[in-house]
Amino acid sequence: MEVKLKVLRYDPETGKEPEYKRYTVDLPESSTILDSLIEVREFHDGTLSLRCSCRSAICGSCAMRINGRARLACKTQISLVAGEADEITVEPAGNMPTIKDLVVDMAPFWNKIRAVKPWLQPAGPPPEREYLASKESMIELVEVMNCIMCGACVSDCTVLEVDKTFLGPAALAKAWRFAHDPRDDSTAARLRELSEASGIWDCTRCNFCVEVCPKDVKPMEQIMRLRSEATGIGITNNAGSRHTFAFTNTVKQGGRLNEFQMLPRTHGLLNIPANLAELPGGIRMIRAGKMPSPFTHKIPGVAHVRRIFKQFEHQKG
Amino acid sequence: MLGFRICDAAANHRTSVFLAPARRTPGSPREVSEVALYQHDVLIIGAGLAGMRAAIAAQAEGADVAIISKVHPVRSHSNAAQGGINAALGEDDSWEEHAFDTIKGSDYLGDQDAIEVLCAEAGAELISLERMGVIFHRGDDGRLGSRAFGGSSKARTYFVGDITGQAMLHVLYEQLIKHGLRVYEEWFVTDLIIDDGVCKGAVAMDIRSGELSAIAARAVIMATGGTGRVYEPSTNALICTGDGISLAYRAGAPIIDMEMVQFHPTTLKTTGALLSEAARSEGAYLLNSEGERFMSKYAPNMMELASRDVVSRAEQTEINEGRGIDGCVLLDVRHLGYDRIRERLWQIRELGIDFAGVDMVKDPVPVRPGCHYIMGGIKTDKEGRTSIEGLYAAGEAACVSVHGANRLGANSLLDTVIFGRHAGVDAAARARSMDGPLPGERYAEDTRKRLQSWLDRPLNADRVGKIRLDLGNMMFEKVQVFRTEDRLKEAVEGVRELKKRYETVGVENKGKVFNTDLLFAIELGFLLDCAEMTAVGAVERKESRGAHFRVDYPARDDANWLKHIACNYTPEGPKLTDIPVTITRWQPQERKY
Repeated sequence: MEVKLKVLRYDPETGKEPEYKRYTVDLPESSTILDSLIEVREFHDGTLSLRCSCRSAICGSCAMRINGRARLACKTQISLVAGEADEITVEPAGNMPTIKDLVVDMAPFWNKIRAVKPWLQPAGPPPEREYLASKESMIELVEVMNCIMCGACVSDCTVLEVDKTFLGPAALAKAWRFAHDPRDDSTAARLRELSEASGIWDCTRCNFCVEVCPKDVKPMEQIMRLRSEATGIGITNNAGSRHTFAFTNTVKQGGRLNEFQMLPRTHGLLNIPANLAELPGGIRMIRAGKMPSPFTHKIPGVAHVRRIFKQFEHQKG
Repeated sequence: MLGFRICDAAANHRTSVFLAPARRTPGSPREVSEVALYQHDVLIIGAGLAGMRAAIAAQAEGADVAIISKVHPVRSHSNAAQGGINAALGEDDSWEEHAFDTIKGSDYLGDQDAIEVLCAEAGAELISLERMGVIFHRGDDGRLGSRAFGGSSKARTYFVGDITGQAMLHVLYEQLIKHGLRVYEEWFVTDLIIDDGVCKGAVAMDIRSGELSAIAARAVIMATGGTGRVYEPSTNALICTGDGISLAYRAGAPIIDMEMVQFHPTTLKTTGALLSEAARSEGAYLLNSEGERFMSKYAPNMMELASRDVVSRAEQTEINEGRGIDGCVLLDVRHLGYDRIRERLWQIRELGIDFAGVDMVKDPVPVRPGCHYIMGGIKTDKEGRTSIEGLYAAGEAACVSVHGANRLGANSLLDTVIFGRHAGVDAAARARSMDGPLPGERYAEDTRKRLQSWLDRPLNADRVGKIRLDLGNMMFEKVQVFRTEDRLKEAVEGVRELKKRYETVGVENKGKVFNTDLLFAIELGFLLDCAEMTAVGAVERKESRGAHFRVDYPARDDANWLKHIACNYTPEGPKLTDIPVTITRWQPQERKY
């Protein structure tokens, strides 16, 4: 099978801007993108640099953008992506600086993993033998422990594109793994820290991390679980959780979102400095005729909306 | 300027209690300094399970420890261990039974004093791993749950789904972070520093900058893993190139049991990817083209769960006698049902889908024996000491020898953590007792000149990738499950031909930053050393034992061959010597499953 590749090349030693280079290689039908890149490197162009090791989607070395989307090169069959375009575009993972060609600097990634204190913190002296834990609780953790730290989720995270301080999907999924470990005794402290700025409330729920994760870890879902676990134990004194409550409460009251109330309620009504800081933006909005009305009318079917809330709250128990 | 841009927890780095802080003479790193830029009590090469366990142990003893690894720690090949880790923790089990199974599995080539340590300490080590955070599978009572593995008389394999190695590796990495251990991440070791017969550090390249430095140490632990890339295909990661084995060999340490290469019975034909023994442990069948569970002919008692060497030979016999399917037999897990596969064999189901196009829930998957593990390695004692003062080894790079002629499944993870810990403790003790000057930067200067002359060498029609592929294909063809003198001798000749080609091959990439082309070229040199030792050892051993089956000498011969073959470096090739096997209380018996 003839495979046409378009690879984004960058060499800091030349001082040149990144540029695409095209390669054509001949490989068996069952080959992967990684096979094709290794073929290039070993037999066509030894100057191509990439990270790769296990070839079995377990070491996490070869996350990169293939046809614009983060994937593991070793897990991506050529036949699966060949139909997407005439040639297969291969670029380094996003949201991380490129060192050379397809090799990115993952230091920010690891720093964020470290920031969630990723080690078990049990209480008191250890038991005589193993900690007792239910079978189900361990199996649940394994699904997230499956994370191989490849960085595909971080590459395609839309929040990190605009805010480099966001802890990001991989670190937060790792944080859930500890917050949820029955042997760990620091859950409340962990949830408090994670509720601060750059933490769980900064996710915009775009779902890209879930879509690109090669190990089905579903980072966004773990972030949502952290949110409900945090609010569940009363960690609500933060903008993110106030925003969520304002959102649901105004809908519950009037059947529609009261946009005017969102900002002050998110900052907290008594948080005068933060609310004052929004004033210039507010004035611009009034001038442009974009300021939502402070008075929203209830929608006609509001009783129905409230019934939905009631039913949902009942189901949740 | 060199620096720890991407080093772990460099900020938390503790000052050595044994050494003065690293000093630097003024001037650029290019000037040859009398003092190495980096100094540690204990330097560990390799950040897999053995290396990280050694680091944690050495630090607990008060040593200033650093790990150096050519990949980030969680990229290490320990990841690929799927099935589990053995320990005789059950009430109906004992470490002596575990030891006996291991010795029988080793076909009596394992050293029994080391096997006693391995098995007697297994339970406590497993519990300490659990306390660190490993999410071991639980039974309904909330206690650790186990499964039965090949060649084991009891269900003593503890596991995390089919990702046990990954689950352990990530937890040990968490412990590195917790303890603020320093990691030279993506640094490639090119040479050991041997000064007056004593190992005093290593020369390494920061892959990101391409700069070479000497890293001085009171003790060095080689934990670089195996050399599975000698074969093509192989279950091993591309990084498993025998770096440590070759470096120690060239430094003068004896390398033993290199003819003992484990062929795993269930690997995918296309990529060589591993499908865990966990499948058979959970009850999978092996079928030939006639739909027959052929293991009944070869191991009527243990069936699919006989030792790996026995199952691999059985499969190869079926294939050779025309009862295979396109060079494979079938692994069938369908009768286990979706739920059990979902809970315990999920990763290998995904591997089957991704790399063989088969969903094991619905269809049997074709498998064949493939290169998986090297039982041999750098000869060490129980504390990880090699014959070179100051140099230790642990894990797959080492040979204690606990696996002898055939390793039992789930004993390799145990080997890494038990002997990793022993090496770490002893290396820290050695560092504590030492003083005197450490070597300087001139060692890095020697390496720099050597590599530069290689980069200056003109390209010819040959390529590093081509030599590597020829090596892998030749080894797969000639040093197989079934071996004969003629083919083994051809392999020895073949490796020597490849070595000649290696001496003239050029490197295309002349740059400094992340020059993987140059690294592959260096790695190929390590692979050629390891392949030569394997082939030469296999010619020498004129009997059949464990994984080493000689068609021309089909019986085990305890009278002549109950001994380790040691390879000692000479420029012309390995000089072979014998090392006796240590037998404590289990006398060799006939081996049947």
